[in-house]
Amino acid sequence: MTRSGFVFANLLRKKTRTVLTLLSVVTAFLLFGLLQAVNVMFSAGADFVGATRLVTQARVSFTQSLPMRLLPEIEAVPGVEQVMWQQWFGAVWQENTQLFFFATDPARLHAVYPEYVMPDQQWKAFEETRTGMIVGRILADKYGWRIGDKVPIASNIFPQKNGSKAWIFDLVGIYDGKDEEWQRNTNLGWINHAYFDEATLFGTGLAGTFTLKLSNPDQAAQIAHTIDSKFENSPDETKTQTEKDSNLGFFKQIGDIGLIVRWILFAVFFTLLLVVGNTIAQSVRERIPELAILKTLGFTDGNVLGFVLAEAAAMCVIGGLLGLGLATLIGIKIGGGGNFPIAVDHRVWITGVLAIVGLSLAVGLLPALRASRLSIVDALAGR
Amino acid sequence: MSETMVRVSNVYKSYVRGKQKVEVLHGLTIEIPKGDFVALMGPSGSGKTTLLNLIGGLDRPTSGEILVGGQRIDQLSGNALAKWRARNVGFVFQFYNLMPVLTAERNIELPLLLTDLSAAQRRKSVAVALEVVGLADRAGHKPKELSGGQEQRVAIARALVSDPTILICDEPTGDLDRKTADEILGLLQVLNREHGKTIVLVTHDPKAAEFARRTLHLEKGQLLEQAAA
Repeated sequence: MTRSGFVFANLLRKKTRTVLTLLSVVTAFLLFGLLQAVNVMFSAGADFVGATRLVTQARVSFTQSLPMRLLPEIEAVPGVEQVMWQQWFGAVWQENTQLFFFATDPARLHAVYPEYVMPDQQWKAFEETRTGMIVGRILADKYGWRIGDKVPIASNIFPQKNGSKAWIFDLVGIYDGKDEEWQRNTNLGWINHAYFDEATLFGTGLAGTFTLKLSNPDQAAQIAHTIDSKFENSPDETKTQTEKDSNLGFFKQIGDIGLIVRWILFAVFFTLLLVVGNTIAQSVRERIPELAILKTLGFTDGNVLGFVLAEAAAMCVIGGLLGLGLATLIGIKIGGGGNFPIAVDHRVWITGVLAIVGLSLAVGLLPALRASRLSIVDALAGR
Repeated sequence: MSETMVRVSNVYKSYVRGKQKVEVLHGLTIEIPKGDFVALMGPSGSGKTTLLNLIGGLDRPTSGEILVGGQRIDQLSGNALAKWRARNVGFVFQFYNLMPVLTAERNIELPLLLTDLSAAQRRKSVAVALEVVGLADRAGHKPKELSGGQEQRVAIARALVSDPTILICDEPTGDLDRKTADEILGLLQVLNREHGKTIVLVTHDPKAAEFARRTLHLEKGQLLEQAAA
């Protein structure tokens, strides 16, 4: 027998209670892992893009389009290396599956987003095929699309000139991300703006946003200010911001995800604190004479503190790791597709492990201190 | 038996219970030679268990000196006292106080976790202790699977396993029938006579006291008289 063996033997003293408590820890950390992954995903939309790009949108809201005539003026701003535009297509797949599709200029997309990796011949095909579209790997895999497919995509915003909202595009390319992080964002589709602009019933000559690639990231603030000043007091006032802020602004339409997640996690962990804390405290109360015997045998106050703390930590560590492991598996299962691919990655695990340590101390320290301080004589006498 | 194992000199011990101060021992002086087997008798509240706790280093006197095996234990810090207990004292209690989650052999092994012995050495020591108390065949049983007498034998084995210099026994037969009690007391007698263990036994039972070499009577925290067995 080892000291850790003794700790585990005590943990299994009341198996039902231990299993139920363990399940509550597993559930809490499963929830933690998934919610934290959601949180990371939302901030990842902001994190992985640096300030090497700026996004110019209508000052009022990104839902309001800007005229294409702003393009040359934006391009003329010193420090702007390349400009692409994108128009939200409002794509719907089959019955009612919303997809993230944008109309853009293929060559400019390629120039501004080198992170999207695709063979040159597919980029070329995208440029040359007016009805062409490209999609990210996640989307292609999810719907089983292959190059050469004719894909019917409806738009819930833009009908064609013949009044039909059903569009058909030729899939000419499937792109990947340059790394794991960008790969998780290959859930978008792109169509050729020239074709869209020609075929749409309304909304011609408009861009939802302009994305600017900068020659020097240090000039980002200055360039944003220059652009917005240029269109100030015009009918098309702009708001130029980093891609990160632009993405955050988009997601904040849903709500303050971070705050929602934090409140849910606070509630979960507060409840967990009470449940596990009470279990450990009760377990110590039940064992006062046994703890006194440990001290009688020569175990020091520190030894006894260590035993109780180790029990609390074992419960939290086992439950926490199982919960995070399950969350990771679920993340892999559901994170492979969709518009919000979540991944329980190293950032979630680091936060999770810190939470496990914090929880262990929070639930174990007080009972452990109580156990370490108990008087042998009083405890043996049942006082 | 000339070498002194325990010397209690002019010891006072008082407790505060609620708002009351209770004087338990009043200037008690006792000397117990090495290899002795002493029974402490007296009515409830006479200070027997308090004296036992002081000799075993579970408590400290309010004043006075306590030397055990030549070591002044009343001046040791909490941690030093714990380490001293681990090396020098074996305890046997009325209600056995075994760990219910551990088997007999694991209970006996528990004090050895405080030593530097390897797992193999610990197993060997446990086997010897089980052999001494006659429970080699019940090594894998948990306390609830043992009779009261067997539990007490396990407790004695646990007290013996680290080869202490003194055994402290607080009413070890108080919860046992006469026959089993006599077996346990006989075992203690063997440990004293054949293995040279110094034993201090607290008991209410005159028959139990007869197994000791001598009996000390306490009343109101003071020594009454001394009777040789």
